[in-house]
Amino acid sequence: MRWQTLEYAARSKMNGMLQIRDLSVSYYTDMGRAHALNHVNLELRSGEKLGLVGESGSGKSTMGLAMMRMIKPPGRIEGGAVTIGGTDLLSLSDKEMLKSRLSTISYIPQGAMNSLNPVLKIKRQMIDAHNAHRENRNTDTIMTLAREAITSVELGEHVLEMFPHELSGGMKQRVCIAIGILLQPQVIIADEPTSALDVVTQRQVIETLNKVQAKIGSALILIGHDMGLMAQSMDKVAVMYAGEIVEVNEVETVFNAPKHPYTQSLISSLPRLENRGKFQGIPGMAPSLYQLPDGCKFHPRCPKHFERCTSEIPLPQILEDGNYVACHLHGAS
Amino acid sequence: MLFVLKRLSFIFMVVWAASTITFFIPRISDVNPIRERFAELARLGGFAPGDLEKIVEAYNKSFGLDKPLWTQYFDYMSGVIRLDFGVSLNKFPKTVLMLIAESLPWTIGLLLVTTIFSFIIGNLMGALAAWPQSPRWVRSFSTSCILFQGIPPVLLAIFLILFFGLHLGIFPIAGAYTIGSIPELSLDFILDVIWHQIMPGMALVFGSLGTWVLSMRGMGITIQGEDYVLFAEHKGLSPMVIFRDYYLRNALLPQVTGLALALANVITSAIVVESIFGLPGVGTILINAIRANDFLVIYGIVLFLTIAVAILMALVELLYPLLDPRIKVE
Amino acid sequence: MYNYLRRNLSLAIGLGLLLMLVLFTANGLFTIDVKDAYPLSVRPKQPPSFKYLFGTDFFGRDLYAAMVVGVWQTALIGLIAGAAGTLIGIFLGFVSAYFGGIVDAIIKFICQMLTPIPPFLIQVIIASSIDKRDVTILTMATVVFLLSWMAPTLVIRAQVLSMRERQFVDVAKLSGMNNFEIIFKEILPNLIPFIAAAFVAQVFYAVFAAFYLAVIGLGPLREPLLGNTIWAAQSQSAFFNGWWWWPMGPALAMVFILGSLALINMGLDEMANPRIRSKE
Repeated sequence: MRWQTLEYAARSKMNGMLQIRDLSVSYYTDMGRAHALNHVNLELRSGEKLGLVGESGSGKSTMGLAMMRMIKPPGRIEGGAVTIGGTDLLSLSDKEMLKSRLSTISYIPQGAMNSLNPVLKIKRQMIDAHNAHRENRNTDTIMTLAREAITSVELGEHVLEMFPHELSGGMKQRVCIAIGILLQPQVIIADEPTSALDVVTQRQVIETLNKVQAKIGSALILIGHDMGLMAQSMDKVAVMYAGEIVEVNEVETVFNAPKHPYTQSLISSLPRLENRGKFQGIPGMAPSLYQLPDGCKFHPRCPKHFERCTSEIPLPQILEDGNYVACHLHGAS
Repeated sequence: MLFVLKRLSFIFMVVWAASTITFFIPRISDVNPIRERFAELARLGGFAPGDLEKIVEAYNKSFGLDKPLWTQYFDYMSGVIRLDFGVSLNKFPKTVLMLIAESLPWTIGLLLVTTIFSFIIGNLMGALAAWPQSPRWVRSFSTSCILFQGIPPVLLAIFLILFFGLHLGIFPIAGAYTIGSIPELSLDFILDVIWHQIMPGMALVFGSLGTWVLSMRGMGITIQGEDYVLFAEHKGLSPMVIFRDYYLRNALLPQVTGLALALANVITSAIVVESIFGLPGVGTILINAIRANDFLVIYGIVLFLTIAVAILMALVELLYPLLDPRIKVE
Repeated sequence: MYNYLRRNLSLAIGLGLLLMLVLFTANGLFTIDVKDAYPLSVRPKQPPSFKYLFGTDFFGRDLYAAMVVGVWQTALIGLIAGAAGTLIGIFLGFVSAYFGGIVDAIIKFICQMLTPIPPFLIQVIIASSIDKRDVTILTMATVVFLLSWMAPTLVIRAQVLSMRERQFVDVAKLSGMNNFEIIFKEILPNLIPFIAAAFVAQVFYAVFAAFYLAVIGLGPLREPLLGNTIWAAQSQSAFFNGWWWWPMGPALAMVFILGSLALINMGLDEMANPRIRSKE
């Protein structure tokens, strides 16, 4: 375990339902080894909503997949633990993990256009999801659950009898949400659920998501890059860069008083009506995951970096409540 | 309804084209079947060719071959509609239709069973060959079955006969039932028949397996990459369920359309395999007719088979919307 | 090239088999007396031995000579019919796709109408309508390609259609090239992989069809075509008489020929379709 994880474990006083410790994932390709996730730590309480943001290649989707243990070759989970309610998912057997998917932790995919089996009715796809995890195969019980799920995403019960091709994009996305909450999991991961939708439908889907999550009381991790959406509905925001979480804090703090230079640049690059026409980006490019810089991964692009940043990896500085920032500017020794 | 009508009219066109071709081609050539037949007899020394032309004329008259072409065409087409293909020259006075009717059950039995078998086995092996979670040996075995694709059932038949039949003496090499037994509906007889059909069956099944394995494997690779298979994994469904309901069911759909085309190929192979094994099916009748220059039988059988294939193809196409909910039948 | 062959096994093996066949035939043609392939040349009904590598048949043919000549003739039929079929396919496919409109509709309709008809059956009719004495290698090739041109026509047509829409054709037109120039200089080069694949498929099909026709007795009976030999063996009840070597030789040769063609076909498919390639 890395220093930062030990520090984190020692100082974090939050005892969250979801605890991610020291999670590392690499991809082994022809071009070498890509470090997609590096010793990531995170904690969440039940009912909390976290937005996971970052640019492409920052590792946010990989996070989601790793939590579901769906990393496929040439990717590999190098180490760490994903603990939900005391059970470490990464140490379960394959069979046990199969059981945990959807029932303990569920995943709502990006762009549900093609995520539903075209030859099966919607209700069938909910039934088989149910039967994979529950012993009780009583039809009435199952159908009640299905109806509850489908109505909670604001779709009529008749949808259950339909085939995927008869539904619109927004409806399909909501069906996927319904399947994702069917067994009332403790953690829901939504991977850019609104990217493929128009603005009006986006709003509907996000509202639906919020509603069901509140009803079940599960923790929600919303992966995306739409800062506006995050600002509107999340409790916390975690910012990722080059495979690491550089800052996680309450949403207002992140937007109004960001601590990490990367977050600061990110926030100031958001277009505002006041400074129309002036675009502010971040100079340079994100590092290649095959050749990450020493020390702080952001230092080559950081306007505030100094000597220490080039050689020493910044440890997470714990603020209250599971929040932290990994930057020498805020660091202790 | 419109859909059904369109399909029906297509069959009509195909059948019409086939019958017209079957009508014109023989008449374009100089060969007069009757004269040929008698010339053959003369060659074999059973006939003095003196009054040959007179006899040929008489036959021409009775077969209507002296009438103008268009009249002949009309007569021919009206015969076709009634499935009246004329009379066999060789086995006079049996009509072509009678010959077909007698031999058809044998052919259908063989074809039906082998087509179903090779479809099911071939597609299953193709699906397994592309499924990443199948054990290694399953995948290499399936892939090697593709090699069979190049070997037509005829050649397989020959090898089977030479090896299992002659060399090892396990299976009978000819006939649909033991010589001398009388066809009846007893269990013994039926078992005897099945025993005799095993080798021809194997030749046909293994000969057509390869194509199914190859195409299904290609299909399987495509389906695997689909989002819904991934989502099924996210749902925590067991590999068996995913294989069956998400992978197989979707990959099989396009294969069903292939079934229609495969029918045409199977008939081709079946004809020859039948003759090699001496089974009393339509194929043997056809080949005997070729040997004996029994032209009317040849044309009749060809036409009949063409119509049969066209109808079967249309049936399969009509069946398809029942399997794929995305296709709406008007 | 060598590296690619290492990865594309089927193409490699297919070409290897083909090479073996070519060597066999070439060597044979130079060493045997072609007359031996015809009846009444040598002692009949001999099992394989050093003198007669493949034995002799009922009619007094040296089966080794018969095989060599047979393979050569099969190759001829395959190449002639294959080339003819492919050429027709290219021509009709082009015309149909490039000029569109009614011409396209007619050609497409005819192709679709003829496809469900099992070609074999029509070939039987044609072959049986010809005077038996007139059947030669050439007539067999003709019978075969007369019914095989539909497939390459449809394939080439589809390819040309997709290319017609692409921008480089418009650019060529704008720069003043006339139709012919566009066809030969722009479109044709892009079609070469498909034409090659279609050609191999046509040859495969031609050999297949010729074999089938010969096996049921509709081939040029005097010639030692491989299918003919098997048919002759059948009609003399070779199996029952124990002359197993008679049908065995041609059968093996056929397996090699068809096998090599099928493998080459698969290999070409893989080369043309990168998606299948990348999954291996």
